[in-house]
Amino acid sequence: MLPLSGERIDAKGIIKDKSDSGNILRGTSTLKRGFAHMLKNGVVMDVTTVEQAQIAEEAGAVSVMVLDKLPSDVRKAGGVARTASIRIIEDIMDSVTIPVMAKCRIGHVYEAKVLEETNVDMIDESEVLTPADENHHIWKWDFTTPFVNGARSLSEALRRIEEGAAMIRTKGEPGTGNVAEAVTHIKKVNDELRSIKAIYDSGDNQDLVRMAREFKVSYDLVEETAKLGRLPVVNFAAGGIATPADAAYLMSLGCDGIFVGSGIFNANDAKERARAIVLATTFWNESEKVKEAQKMIDERQSMLGLDVKTLELRMQERGSSA
Amino acid sequence: MSLTIGVLAIQGDVHENITSTKTALEELGVEGTVVGVKTAEAISKLDGLIIPGGESTTIGQLSLVNSSLKIIKEKIERGIPVLGICAGMIMLSKTANDRVVGKTDQPLLDLLDIKLERNSFGRQKESFEADISMNSINIPKFNGVFIRAPSVSDVGSGVEVLAKFNEKIVAVKKGNIIGVAFHPELTKDVSLHKYFVNLIKKSKN
Repeated sequence: MLPLSGERIDAKGIIKDKSDSGNILRGTSTLKRGFAHMLKNGVVMDVTTVEQAQIAEEAGAVSVMVLDKLPSDVRKAGGVARTASIRIIEDIMDSVTIPVMAKCRIGHVYEAKVLEETNVDMIDESEVLTPADENHHIWKWDFTTPFVNGARSLSEALRRIEEGAAMIRTKGEPGTGNVAEAVTHIKKVNDELRSIKAIYDSGDNQDLVRMAREFKVSYDLVEETAKLGRLPVVNFAAGGIATPADAAYLMSLGCDGIFVGSGIFNANDAKERARAIVLATTFWNESEKVKEAQKMIDERQSMLGLDVKTLELRMQERGSSA
Repeated sequence: MSLTIGVLAIQGDVHENITSTKTALEELGVEGTVVGVKTAEAISKLDGLIIPGGESTTIGQLSLVNSSLKIIKEKIERGIPVLGICAGMIMLSKTANDRVVGKTDQPLLDLLDIKLERNSFGRQKESFEADISMNSINIPKFNGVFIRAPSVSDVGSGVEVLAKFNEKIVAVKKGNIIGVAFHPELTKDVSLHKYFVNLIKKSKN
């Protein structure tokens, strides 16, 4: 069974309905978190067109994420980045059998409502787009559609889960082709989980209360997470993944799966690379297979990549303080 | 006698199935080990196999890569019990159609003569929980968790219908092969996993 820590059984997004075969419920935490569980050990790929979505599906992606521009192009373009065109999202939904996700701006309740009406399978409240509200994220319990949110620490992850996120991903630093930040974020979350687990095991309730205050989330959620010793939702790696070895490395750090943004479709060998990253994610603990996957790509075709230290825009900082 | 039960660990919710199967073994007092399996070698040692939920296109393509698909088919044809859940049921079927996209060209095991419709109840927003009954296997009430679930529109001869929901077939059985459209591993109730463990026990005797 699933950990349902923090679930709100009175959430507005839960729909009670009647059918010929009896009562039905939609939008429960089991259904939202369960959906994310079906993606485990898989790769979600950022796409901007139907053709890219089909390449992703053929490569074995578990889902596609529709954007107007790939994160690295968002970086280059500057200006305000918003949710993708609904027509393109719908065209993609009609042309692949795998789930389709789309991004909305942090705090932009109505971009999220539009995506829910469009019937996307999951909404990513994403720092890749320009935040619409610096102080609030969306109260995701009001939606029947599940959400995924980025986080770079345990406190951020728990705040998002408390708001109703059904899945977490590291933020990394999107659009850089540089995996360093994603590595830092997953290690930080893991370290923090280990330390609250140790506090829980020691039976020191006062210290757990202190952690809850520090994290700015409810004591119950901290206690249940500490008891589990892991996040109560699926946790993927994202932000800067560009090669099969990047994907395998993050899987080895305990991530449940991988999001690839610009790394595939901004490379010049997208088709082979998509396939290779899927293979490396599936068989991450077999070095021979990871090597074979890595051999399928050509480093000279990789996206150029950016050193995080030189960046003017650090997307990962968006929405972190709230 | 100890049973070796495997959960195909290519992609999907492998861990949840391992946990549910372990609980089922404990509650039944049956000795056994439950392992995630990926390679042909590991699969060849099994007494029973669960193909979990996930994305059927991904699971199919990747199990072709390391030839586990072939060995799974051989093992099932030789009679080991298999439980296919959601994507796993799709994998067991002869042909799959997507409700919107139409006929899919994905690798399948072609072991259950059923006509299958993928994403039959709609997209994620339409995913639902509801009680279903599988009276013929003595599970009169079960919390069905349907996530972008498939359904079966028609069954061939010898395929028994275990459950229907709103006139759609959501659980089937043929000999030692079981396919369900919902996710028993996401609920507390392990009665279906228990039924499956008993089936494995019987087949090994």
